[in-house]
Amino acid sequence: MWDYTEKVLDLFYNPKNQGAIAQSDDPEIAVVYGEVGSIACGDALRLHLKIEVVTDQILDASFQTFGCTSAIASSSALTELVKGLTLDQALNITNREIADYLGGLPEAKMHCSVMGQEALEAAIYKYRGIEVAAHEDDEGALVCACFGISENRIRRVVIENNLTTPEEITHYVKAGGGCGSCLVNLEDIIAAVQTERDAMSAKLEAELATAQERTNRPLTTVQKIELIQQVLTEEVRPILLADGGDVELYDVDGDRVLVTLKGACGSCESSTATLKGAIESRLQERVLPSLIVEAI
Amino acid sequence: MQTTTHRDHPVIYLDNNATTKVDPAVIEAILPYLGEYYGNPSSMHTFGGQVGKALKAAREQVALLFGAEASEVIFTSCGTEGNNTAIRAALAAQPDRRHIITTQVEHACVLNLCKQLEKQGYTVTYLSVDAQGLIDPMELEAAITGNTALVTTMYANNETGVVFPIEQIGAIAKEYGATFHVDAVQVAGKLPLDMKHSTVDLMTISGHKLHAPKGIGALYVRRGFRFRPLLIGGHQERGRRAGTENVPGIIGMGKAAEIANFELKYLGREARLRDRLEQGLLNRIENCQVNGHPTKRLPNTTNIGFKFIEGEAILFSLNQYGICASSGSACTSGSLEPSHVLQAMGLPYTILHGSIRFSLSRFTTEAEVDRVVEVMPGIVDRLRAMSPFNSDEADWLQGRQEAVLTH
Repeated sequence: MWDYTEKVLDLFYNPKNQGAIAQSDDPEIAVVYGEVGSIACGDALRLHLKIEVVTDQILDASFQTFGCTSAIASSSALTELVKGLTLDQALNITNREIADYLGGLPEAKMHCSVMGQEALEAAIYKYRGIEVAAHEDDEGALVCACFGISENRIRRVVIENNLTTPEEITHYVKAGGGCGSCLVNLEDIIAAVQTERDAMSAKLEAELATAQERTNRPLTTVQKIELIQQVLTEEVRPILLADGGDVELYDVDGDRVLVTLKGACGSCESSTATLKGAIESRLQERVLPSLIVEAI
Repeated sequence: MQTTTHRDHPVIYLDNNATTKVDPAVIEAILPYLGEYYGNPSSMHTFGGQVGKALKAAREQVALLFGAEASEVIFTSCGTEGNNTAIRAALAAQPDRRHIITTQVEHACVLNLCKQLEKQGYTVTYLSVDAQGLIDPMELEAAITGNTALVTTMYANNETGVVFPIEQIGAIAKEYGATFHVDAVQVAGKLPLDMKHSTVDLMTISGHKLHAPKGIGALYVRRGFRFRPLLIGGHQERGRRAGTENVPGIIGMGKAAEIANFELKYLGREARLRDRLEQGLLNRIENCQVNGHPTKRLPNTTNIGFKFIEGEAILFSLNQYGICASSGSACTSGSLEPSHVLQAMGLPYTILHGSIRFSLSRFTTEAEVDRVVEVMPGIVDRLRAMSPFNSDEADWLQGRQEAVLTH
């Protein structure tokens, strides 16, 4: 049985600020909500904020939560913590403060407090019109139970940032920073990514070498398109597909490579830049240094 | 442990597939062996020898429970030891064969051992189950070959209570010369066992699931089976399980087996109470369903999925009334992954996370069952009012679910 504090149990049995907040007709008052959650982990939180537009002050906060005892208590604690704060002050709240308010949470349940902090961020960003990337990559098998980090999310951060140690992963996505029992799994993921990468590079290098050998002249347009297509198919797409995204070659115009980003990549604002960068540098390295990738 | 939460309530214990109350008659039988009869049964004096005689009687009682001979019973420390011993012994008996067949819904002590054996060069087939938790013998027929050393499967599932057709499975295993091991931990005392007329070579049971204390189990080994022990040492258990006997445990298991043999004919009462509980909950609460086959099931178990709410929150709410049950939700398992059994059945996430298992025993009363039926609707209503989801049509939930399923 989880060793919950009296405060956690009290807020679970007698939660404060449960439910939604009615929309207001007053132009001075804004009502927004932020959502966060994952069915894989089994909890989801919708945080509602009532904001005074002029002062940026949170007049009221409430929650709707699908989750366990500590998820419900963390949600309720969060609403108590943010009431009366300005949005900027609220953004400074950390998951640790939510946990402290509860008198602590079991290590394996710390992700409940992280969820609270993320929902708060989502609600405020939504109010301010900042799009937050949908965390499609949060789905999948959980690796770090303490912080609720999935294998896909870890794989992605390892691939995108060339991470080589579990400690680096902890710094990037917190995974491994709780009880530490997933550190070996993190090592396995790094090794798997490395193996995939090595296999892929070796295969491509061999093929590129033969292509180069066949002609000492600069690449013809057809050869260029063929090589770009090959690098996209064999090296770029598998990485994107793992995250629910995809890319398709649209056209090649001189050194301009036009691609269509699809799936999760298409809708994911923040990743567009990185993906474009990743695809571009890959193509420059593999095909021609002068190539420029543009997403259409 | 928050004992304070149910200080005003007597405990209503409906978690008997996790462990059971030690029968008072069992405690009474054990006590002398914790006190005055402390001799070592192997000793060459009457003081120790009288303990040996008591062990012999206990072994005979457990053999009766198996429907087997006393010489076919090895006492172990628990179900996990029994399963580990049996699987290792089966592989050692036919070292040339390198294939194992089991199911996706086994207990962790079988699944994790199989995963380790895969790393050691064995090939393992994990048979799937359908939405009702049953395996398809055709899948077994398709998977089994002359290289299959072992077919190991549970008799009944601990989470859903679904009962597998073990003699049908055993007949297929025998056809290919594979050893057949059955994990009957959840079945002993709930269904009659008859090893004399069975295809089973090895069968594991555990004391604490049938009102004996924790720390004692038994393994049935068919006479003539080339058994190699896991624990090497002295001559105890005919050299098949070394280590000084857990005398109080064995005495307790013997008494528990004796009572279980007697009680087998009253299991209809347990099934009626289970059905009363199940029907009461299904009638009073919307959006819930029974997980697992409705009739091919242990008489004491029901697993119900309550949609849109999370199992651990339900358990802590029940705990306020002193009601003990368990859940397949992610937050109740140590791994924070939802139940592998319910996942293997292909149940949707709303059901997985809100699944509650009630498991009864012969000590369960009608008043206890009625109390659960009385308080459960309020608990579900309260949590559903808190949940952002309240129908299958909630688009957020749907979107999330698809995202998960595509991976």
